[in-house]
Amino acid sequence: MSVCHRILFRSFLIFSALIFHPAFVHSQQNDAKEELLVLPGEISRSGGRLVVSLRGEPKTLNPIIAADARSREVIGVMQADLVHINRATQLTEPALAKSWKVSLDGLTYTLVLRKGLKFSDGETMDAEDVLFSFRVYLDENTHAPQRDLLIVGGKPIAVRKIDAQTVVFQMAKPYGAGERLFDGLAILPRHLLQKPFQEGKLGQIGSLSAAANQWAGLGPFRLKEYVAGQRLVLERNPYYWKSDSKGNSLPYLDELVFLFVPNADAQVLKFQAGETDMISQLGAENFSVLSRQQNGYTVTDVGPGLEYNFLFFNLNDVGEKASAELQRKQKWFRDIKFRQAVSAAADREAIVRLVYQGRGAAIWGLVTPGNKSWGDANLAHPPRSRDRARTLLKEAGFSWATGPNGESTLLDQDGKPVEFSILTSSSNADRAKMAALLQDDLKQLGMRVQVVPLEFRSLLDRVTQTKEYDACIMGIASFDADPNSDINVWLSSGGTHLWNPSQPHPSTPWEAEIDRLIEEQMSARTFEQRKKLYDRAQEILAEYQPMIFLASPDILAGAKDSVGNFHPAVLEPYVLWNVEQLYRKSGPENATR
Amino acid sequence: MSRRRKVAIWLLVLGALHGIVVCAGFFAPYDPVEQDRKSPYLPPMRLHFVDAQKHLHLRPFVYLFQLRPGTFDQYLEDTAQPRPLKFFVPGDRYRLLGFLPARLHLFGADTERIYLVGTDAFGRDQLSRLLFGGQVSLLAGLLGAGFTLLIGWCIGAAAGYYGGWRDDLLMRVAELFLALPWLYLLFAIRAFLPLAVNPLQAFFLIVTVIAAVGWARPARLVRGVVLSAKERDFVRAARGFGASDLYLLRRHILPETSSVLLTQAAILIPQFVLAEMTLSFLGLGVPEPVPSWGNLLSNLQQYSVLVSYWWMYLPALIMVPFFLGYLGLASALQERAEPYKIQRRSLESLA
Repeated sequence: MSVCHRILFRSFLIFSALIFHPAFVHSQQNDAKEELLVLPGEISRSGGRLVVSLRGEPKTLNPIIAADARSREVIGVMQADLVHINRATQLTEPALAKSWKVSLDGLTYTLVLRKGLKFSDGETMDAEDVLFSFRVYLDENTHAPQRDLLIVGGKPIAVRKIDAQTVVFQMAKPYGAGERLFDGLAILPRHLLQKPFQEGKLGQIGSLSAAANQWAGLGPFRLKEYVAGQRLVLERNPYYWKSDSKGNSLPYLDELVFLFVPNADAQVLKFQAGETDMISQLGAENFSVLSRQQNGYTVTDVGPGLEYNFLFFNLNDVGEKASAELQRKQKWFRDIKFRQAVSAAADREAIVRLVYQGRGAAIWGLVTPGNKSWGDANLAHPPRSRDRARTLLKEAGFSWATGPNGESTLLDQDGKPVEFSILTSSSNADRAKMAALLQDDLKQLGMRVQVVPLEFRSLLDRVTQTKEYDACIMGIASFDADPNSDINVWLSSGGTHLWNPSQPHPSTPWEAEIDRLIEEQMSARTFEQRKKLYDRAQEILAEYQPMIFLASPDILAGAKDSVGNFHPAVLEPYVLWNVEQLYRKSGPENATR
Repeated sequence: MSRRRKVAIWLLVLGALHGIVVCAGFFAPYDPVEQDRKSPYLPPMRLHFVDAQKHLHLRPFVYLFQLRPGTFDQYLEDTAQPRPLKFFVPGDRYRLLGFLPARLHLFGADTERIYLVGTDAFGRDQLSRLLFGGQVSLLAGLLGAGFTLLIGWCIGAAAGYYGGWRDDLLMRVAELFLALPWLYLLFAIRAFLPLAVNPLQAFFLIVTVIAAVGWARPARLVRGVVLSAKERDFVRAARGFGASDLYLLRRHILPETSSVLLTQAAILIPQFVLAEMTLSFLGLGVPEPVPSWGNLLSNLQQYSVLVSYWWMYLPALIMVPFFLGYLGLASALQERAEPYKIQRRSLESLA
């Protein structure tokens, strides 16, 4: 053999080794380790349990039918998605899919799954489960809330399997938010759900009282015990697919306990008494109570969140069946100048100070300061001006009459006093306070406003079903920074387009224009294009004021000092987003407990 | 002390207390719904006579508060800024007794607002709210008791005098009313009413409900008195002379019930004030921003208020003198009405 040949042969060997070596390793038993997702962060040992409170009992563990926030919070730690949005950076990260590719035209997404993935009951997970999950979500008879998200450009996303590890998603139109689409779409256990799905009984699966082995997920925890009315105990999923940088498998915690504590004040008391380890969604007043006597725990102001609170008027086309009185009032509400005057009179700065004790921000649009990239820098932030409000009202044909006590009353074009009521949720003290401040602001303009606290469900019923109300104060917390998370607020056909929900056709030209902008940005390819369109939509909203934005609270959270890796985020779930990395510090304080 | 004198003293005490509340506009320094957004949850300002330089002042003065930097509800007394209390100063307009326009207030300060018992979440003067709140709560109690006694008196007298099936019917209805779960019924009634009720409607709703709930007990008491009175010899004699039912009731029987009614009134009024407070506490009373004692107390439903601002408890304390007055009056009245019974009872308890 010549020297030349030898070199060639050698290089062939090396080449073949390069080709076959990884495959060889994969077929061995440490293959799983190779595919684990490694997370940076403080290193610890496994063990311990963490107790948090939940606003009430979750209704179900089944992501297909979960509509309430409590169920979603629990499902969030029991299920996993293909691509995940990092709650701290607000950017996407690999999850069950270790990588993904987007075709040049933006229509095809190719996702490569991790190898060796297993459900919490030990069954392997592969591309078949992904296909099955999306078939379930897209099935019309399942009525999954996720379905709307998966209709892009009017057509459902087509899902195809290339091999056991590769799945291709085909869309009819480019999707602006890109792979963020996959966040929160739990991959379902086909081996457990196939039969009920075929029988059309999927909605009955996943109840809390069912035995733990009837349900499985890919999240860090799995069901251990459920005590009705008291608590839900989850245990570590031994098949979880993440590890720390030292190679220890995650999650660290042995157990995660959700206590059902329906009332915010009771949650604070439990946290203060040391019965729970973490607390989130703190009100500013409770935050200041807790921060005054920090005793083994620390509370943090994470900064502005994504919750926006706003006032809106009943702009529904209620037609004949509505009372004459509401129709008379709607004449004012439909007047843009009237709404602009109300907005100009609102003392947002006082709301931030008196309701949030300074831990919040005044807002003039739906994108809060907590959103890192989507705010419109050109949006005007006009300060409170009673004079401007009066000028606007005067231009709209309103006038004032002075009463015997020197109080002035605003009269409409027909000489009738302007009187209306504002609904607020009786369980939300913050919004009740906002309403009281607004009531006083509007009194200065001569409007007689009554605040009506109502139980939240009947409030929602009035706003979205019967449409018998004048005005309402509400708050919405976006689950993601991307505009698409608020799509149902923007679109006139959306169910949370609160001032006039679920319209068959946009009832005003400016709503039609917003619809167009929002739909266009949904399929725009670059961030700059989307941002431009979205900015325009924000400006239209600010001009026509169907929602009068008031304030956005900071995210306030707290944890015992013995909880490690506690990094609350401004996105839901505020403190549990990195639950797999949370751990119990071993210290003298723990030893005594 | 004679029994008559005791009653008079209690009446005087109550009269004085009610006088303050009736003339709330004069005694309160400010409009109870006016917000001072710079000063939420301001603690009560203490009255001083000696300043920081140890100088004695004849006129009481207060120090203004400054926000502690970096906080939103922590205040520090600013001893550089003493503000003397002025008496009989002109201020916010109000209507004395509901109709006389006036501007004179018992006290106030020149430039800044002073808060002797602190402020609430919106910087509204707690003292003014307490006084004006008393108007709503006490009036609800008085009107409620008035209606209750009127209904109870009529029904009790009818049942006792006519007897027979009418008595049975009325008393069974009374028992039914005693047994109904009123709070839940009230929630149901409230759900049927229009969403926004103005303060006046809400007030009369409360009064009606209180009266409707309360009449059964006084009716039974009145019935008992009437039952025994109609069998008295002089009543029989009058009937024998051909007196009509109405004459008998008016002339001989109902006067017998007056002491029961008076005592009942003294017991029921504080009870009904408390009822108003309970209803308002649960959000069924007069709506914001109109103050009532129950509304003021409902601030305490929030844990943070409960542990942070002690002056928010004051509405619970202010009713103590009123209730003491009414209960004192009730026992004095009872003593006057049934001296022998009281004596006998105290002898029995001695034995």
